[in-house]
Amino acid sequence: MTFDGLRQAPSVKRQASNVTWGSSTVNDYAVEVFNLIKKFGDFTAVNGVTFNIRRGEIFGFLGPNGAGKTTTIRMLLGLLRPTGGQATVLGYDIVHQAEEIRKHIGYMSQRFSLYQDLTVSENLDFYGRTYGVRGGRLQERKRFVIEMAGLQGRERELTRNLSGGWKQRLALGAAILHEPEMLFLDEPTAGVDPISRRAFWDLLYRLAEDGTTIFVTTHYMDEAEHCQDLAFIHNGRIIAQGSPEEIKLHKMQGQVLEIDCTQPDVAITVLRQMGLFDEVALYGALIHVVAEGIAEHKPSIAQALAEVGVQVRAMDIIAPSLEDVFIANVRNNAD
Amino acid sequence: MGNDVIETHNLTKRFKHVTAVDGLNLSIRRGEIFGLLGPDGAGKTTTIRMLCAIMDPSEGSARVAGFDTVREPEEIKKRIGYMPQQFSLYGDLTVLENLTFFADVFQVERQEREERIARLLDFARLTEFQKRRAAHLSGGMQKKLALACTLIHRPEIIFLDEPTTGVDPVSRREFWDILTELHVQGVTLFVSTPYMDEAERCSRVALMFEGSVIVCDVPERIKGLVEGELLELRPERLREASRVIGELPGVLEVQTYGDLLHVFVDDAARRAPAIQEALAGAGIAVQGLRQTRPRMEDAFISLIRKRLGERE
Repeated sequence: MTFDGLRQAPSVKRQASNVTWGSSTVNDYAVEVFNLIKKFGDFTAVNGVTFNIRRGEIFGFLGPNGAGKTTTIRMLLGLLRPTGGQATVLGYDIVHQAEEIRKHIGYMSQRFSLYQDLTVSENLDFYGRTYGVRGGRLQERKRFVIEMAGLQGRERELTRNLSGGWKQRLALGAAILHEPEMLFLDEPTAGVDPISRRAFWDLLYRLAEDGTTIFVTTHYMDEAEHCQDLAFIHNGRIIAQGSPEEIKLHKMQGQVLEIDCTQPDVAITVLRQMGLFDEVALYGALIHVVAEGIAEHKPSIAQALAEVGVQVRAMDIIAPSLEDVFIANVRNNAD
Repeated sequence: MGNDVIETHNLTKRFKHVTAVDGLNLSIRRGEIFGLLGPDGAGKTTTIRMLCAIMDPSEGSARVAGFDTVREPEEIKKRIGYMPQQFSLYGDLTVLENLTFFADVFQVERQEREERIARLLDFARLTEFQKRRAAHLSGGMQKKLALACTLIHRPEIIFLDEPTTGVDPVSRREFWDILTELHVQGVTLFVSTPYMDEAERCSRVALMFEGSVIVCDVPERIKGLVEGELLELRPERLREASRVIGELPGVLEVQTYGDLLHVFVDDAARRAPAIQEALAGAGIAVQGLRQTRPRMEDAFISLIRKRLGERE
């Protein structure tokens, strides 16, 4: 397991993009979305979503299954026509200029749409031709991608024989063969082990440093911590937006109290029976209790635990994780 | 057998070209939440399949609930629940019909059945969905139904193979709430997971890599195994910053993650100013240099790197 190929990757050569922006002259935004709506029959999958993505930024789009993430991506790629609202990607309108959008972006779907019975090299050839990359340029881009993904020596291997981490990096390679200005990644790291995940994020940062704008959806909250900007979507609406720091600072509903005590099994039952808290969860030997104004509950918690013979060793308010914030927001937005 | 409900001695499984599980010695106490952590291909699923008496070991032995996995598989199957990664629910049957089906398979007594199913539906928060076809449930709800089916015969030990892979964070947390309830009731839980943060929710964890257990302990002590203290910083020009810091005295390891650097040093209070100075000297701006506690993932990566380093 070596990632030397990743470390030595040459920097991406970027062409200056000269996109004309409707009425505005200069624009720092790669994506502008205003009040975007998508209905399927009676069901509103995306319900008035508004956000912008700055050029060269890694933008994380988070939400539970069925929240509207994939539907939003499919609209931005021009694959699905919105029911209402507007959006531009790289200055192109998603309804009227979808062809232009698809030429300038790369897309990696949840299922890494690679051909399992083709070799690594053949998959890249296929995607190269799909995007109109041919001849010398295709050879040059393939070399770059194979090196970047650390796939040297595996060019002739069948894709189905690659491990999850390799497949994922090959899929990323296929999505950037045509040097897109922007990448859309739909849960690119689902089911990939932590070491490969980390290598993958190093690659994304490299691409972003070289100017590629990246739109990524993920379930992993620790990955969300490394996006420059985030939006949480739930039931088709955005419920929090901002940098990870801003969201943790301003969007947490309630505080997290960490309790270190004897007999955590007994304690957790008692705390749940108190019925005062949004959440009572066991973390190994520690308990996390979440509620608004948790500090005021400390004496009653101590007393309730003492009554059943549980000794509290420490009880401290700790900084919430992004996942804590996310879950608190979803729970409070649940209809 | 005492309090150990799972014991393995040199448990080994060889396939044609690979040793999937290589001399495993584990003992798991009654009522523990035991986490088996590791990347894809580490041998987690093979271990679970041997413990569930579905697959015989090539060498070594295991006792589960006091019975030998090779000689007494039927006794084990009565006492355990097994939730594989791809749990076979019947998509065209309703939630209730699926539970009834599993009650038949496990020969749950008629008079007990109704109450048992009602309790499991409530427990899995599926009561209001009992008439829905399994195929029409969300991913998280399917996992909860699979768990409920696994619990139909009141097993004393349950084996869960990556139960939360591909499940969103809200459903994942709800799933762990349910596991916590089982734990409080005294059920022994053996859970495999690729999610490092889930390790924090276990009583004890074993880190598995290439068929062997690298370390097995309570989460706090595993995190404590990381050598040195951890500084976290967000520098601009990450790669250059990493190089500059790597050359400083007292720096044990530098890990990049996204736009963050995790720097392991012998003495954080002493090395932090030196790092700041060196980066300033190289003209690299830094945001938020602070000492932090290593997370399970830091420990995991550090331990695996050490293992790979020893081999070279």
